[in-house]
Amino acid sequence: MTMQKLDELLEVADGVVAAARKAGADVAEATVRGGSHLSTKVRLREPELVEEAGSRSLGLRVMLGQQVAVTYTSDFSAAGRARLVEDVIELAKLSQPDPFAGPPDPSKLSKPEQHVDLDVYDPKMDALTAAEALVRAKDGEDAALNYDPRITNSEGATFTRASGESVLVTSGGFRGTTRGTYASLVVSPVADDADGKKRSGYHWAAKRHLAELEEARGVGEEAARRTLRKLGASKIASCELPVVFDPDTARSLLGLLASCVNGGSIWRRSSYLLERLGTKVASDLVTVIDDPLIPKAPGSRPFDGEGLLSRRNVVVENGVLKTYLMDTYAAKKLSMESTASASRGSSGGVGASTTNFVLQPGPISREQLLKDTKRGLYVTEMMGFGFNAVTGDFSRGASGFLIEDGELTQPVSEVTISLNLDEILQRIDAVANDLDLRTSTASPTFRVSAMTIAGK
Amino acid sequence: MTSRYQAPFAETGPAPIDPEIARKLLDVALAQGGDYADLFFEYAASGSYAYDEGILKSAGRFVTMGLGVRVMKGDATGYAYVEDLDLDAMKHAARTAGQIAAGGKPIAPQAITRKSPADRYPIGHLSMDVDGVVKRELLERADRAARAADPRITKVDASLSEELREILIVTSTGHFVRDRQPLLRFGVRAIAEENGKRQAGSSGGGGRVGLEYFEKLSPEHHAKEAVRQAVAMLDAREAPAGEMEVVLAPGDSGILLHEAVGHGLEADFNRKGTSNYTAQVGKEVASELCTVVDDATLGGSRGSINVDDEGLEPTSSTLIEKGILRGYMQDRHSADFFHVTPTGNGRRESFRSHPMPRMTNTLLLAGQDDPEEIVRSVKKGVYARKFGGGQVDISNGDFVFSLTEGYLIEDGKITAPLKGVNLIGNGPDVMRKVVMLGHDLEVSDGIWTCGKDGQSVPVGVGCPTIKISAVTVGGTQL
Repeated sequence: MTMQKLDELLEVADGVVAAARKAGADVAEATVRGGSHLSTKVRLREPELVEEAGSRSLGLRVMLGQQVAVTYTSDFSAAGRARLVEDVIELAKLSQPDPFAGPPDPSKLSKPEQHVDLDVYDPKMDALTAAEALVRAKDGEDAALNYDPRITNSEGATFTRASGESVLVTSGGFRGTTRGTYASLVVSPVADDADGKKRSGYHWAAKRHLAELEEARGVGEEAARRTLRKLGASKIASCELPVVFDPDTARSLLGLLASCVNGGSIWRRSSYLLERLGTKVASDLVTVIDDPLIPKAPGSRPFDGEGLLSRRNVVVENGVLKTYLMDTYAAKKLSMESTASASRGSSGGVGASTTNFVLQPGPISREQLLKDTKRGLYVTEMMGFGFNAVTGDFSRGASGFLIEDGELTQPVSEVTISLNLDEILQRIDAVANDLDLRTSTASPTFRVSAMTIAGK
Repeated sequence: MTSRYQAPFAETGPAPIDPEIARKLLDVALAQGGDYADLFFEYAASGSYAYDEGILKSAGRFVTMGLGVRVMKGDATGYAYVEDLDLDAMKHAARTAGQIAAGGKPIAPQAITRKSPADRYPIGHLSMDVDGVVKRELLERADRAARAADPRITKVDASLSEELREILIVTSTGHFVRDRQPLLRFGVRAIAEENGKRQAGSSGGGGRVGLEYFEKLSPEHHAKEAVRQAVAMLDAREAPAGEMEVVLAPGDSGILLHEAVGHGLEADFNRKGTSNYTAQVGKEVASELCTVVDDATLGGSRGSINVDDEGLEPTSSTLIEKGILRGYMQDRHSADFFHVTPTGNGRRESFRSHPMPRMTNTLLLAGQDDPEEIVRSVKKGVYARKFGGGQVDISNGDFVFSLTEGYLIEDGKITAPLKGVNLIGNGPDVMRKVVMLGHDLEVSDGIWTCGKDGQSVPVGVGCPTIKISAVTVGGTQL
């Protein structure tokens, strides 16, 4: 990708904003994106898939007074763009005035010179060929297959590289550009268990820069270890126990919290955290920060989806809820200020979202945390969608290991863990220091003092 | 079905794709030696209407278009797509996809014959073509009805989404087939509050239907149903934890089949030997009460298709017959492997994705028991009425599905509402524990979307009232 490409996208966005204004829109905001990706999959040491493509999208949001509409197209032809503008005006006339609708105050929009380089773009990424990508996938899978004879099958290994560029132009005077890349490798081996069941596991790595991606071999070996350790898993009797969440499952819980501090959920009265600002929503050990300015991180961005300058938001500090995450609309609905948390979908719609939403690491190692747990359940995978954001009620399938005298022992599967999310967060009594920013919502290992486990 | 939305590549469109152009592209795709190639042209126009707090807050319209080219060589697939449908760009995509076979000997595609599929979605009023004011009124009606239904309702939102997807599939085996697939989905969500308690309820439906859908199930029907659920759940109590008898209501409970057996019977997992149903054809995998079919032919159902995304006409296929596994859901690739006829289950999310075996409408057929008798037979258990979704681990059949509306059964009677709770079990194990089956088969109203390998496709599910003798209920009360 070149700067020339960004200029081309800006030109498209400028044109569409001008056309929408000319057609009668009081506010017009266009986001134009382009990207390319290569994905290669190897299964049982043979190439299974090579997929290569480029794509682009054009999203438009307009306001006629306070009537709002959005349109999207992948058709960049003159006719396609004309249709986009014509449609959006027709739809805006159909929608009804929303007293809270409106763009951010133009004086608050960020300027290009304020946009910091977050080092999320690797110029070497696009040069990686399909043949090279296949080698990386094959190395990953090979390492898993060779690791142990009990690895008998494989769902394959996939190496993907992607790059994308995006521009946002608004009639309020904002013009911003971003570009980013990532590379990832996922390896998914399968093992045969004694009772005829199969056990599948996986491990993955992802980085913004190709050179920083973990060695394929290490990813494959870890995938094999994660698969093998599940052998012999069984249900345990229903009981109440301390539950330790590994970073993958801890992050999943943190994602539920993210949905409940979203300003959109608050004004929709769809969050159990309604009217809870300034109150304890978690134990003292819990501090959660949404930080879009972390270099090289997956969720980093210099400005938000409405053009406001990105900022770090402390959402929960020592257990106290400090703020919701809001775009301009949610902030107006709640009589607050935007936290620069707007996210604009490629289809033009805007809502609040997280960036890098991170539970801050604690002082002890994962090993120490486990050692301090006399008896408990160590959860490595969760299944299902059992969460009610309105009440916080949480109940999901889980698998992992029994902890006995501080050691992981019997593998466990086919149980559920249940407790209201409010209680889960209040009962966090240990947070480890093993934070990995591989995902935009990230958490170290933590322990919840007691949850109901349903099994036999 | 005619519409103001038409693909440029349609026969009467501004840039029609005919067998001759398709043939040229297939020649390019196979020039490097692939065994098989196909072209998947797609044009999807869609709309969304969001009604919230008494106004139509936002309306949207979306158009995507492109071509996906697939070339296969043995078990390897080359895939490329392009959004620009000029001949050079399309040829470039065909060449890129063909690289998977680099160094091979070119083969010629077979002669192309046009096919016209049956019409399984007869439409009266195509939603995409109807004036937006009509759709706004439908949403207004839902909003009004929900607010009027109960004073405890504090928040209502309603939405309508519509789509018209036009596809053209051309294969090197000579298929040339077009289809136009409409899709409609309507939904209402209500929040009830009382004494500091807050609960949500929702109801929705649709399918491959036009706006005449609302003649049978009105916006008011969905509004009242959402309110009923929200208000009922205000009194919800903590659910029990542990194994017990569970009765599943007819219709949406089919999500259990979808997770517990459906995914495991998709042939790609069985071709690779990674499903718990691998090499089980002819064996007993469920109680003899159970006959499970995947039926793409149901008129207007959300999962129905005239042709699959590989250009094949799906029928109704029997997966399990009286407890015995009869076969898998196949796409072209897996059917080749198993030496069987493809079942027309090759589906994909869009031109950006390659096809794989997917479900259409998956049904557990009716039994002979009286539904009321089924409930009466339970001393202590759970009655499962509405669901939020489910998930399965294909490798061993462990699955979950989450209950959004459930009740305690005590001494044969449905009693207290329960807080949202997760059910967990193992597919083959639970299917063997189906001990009673109602005569009341229902197909879900069109709300379900299935995700696999990052691709989403619309599906239908269905079942009668089902009694399972033991499944783990994930409540908090030990």
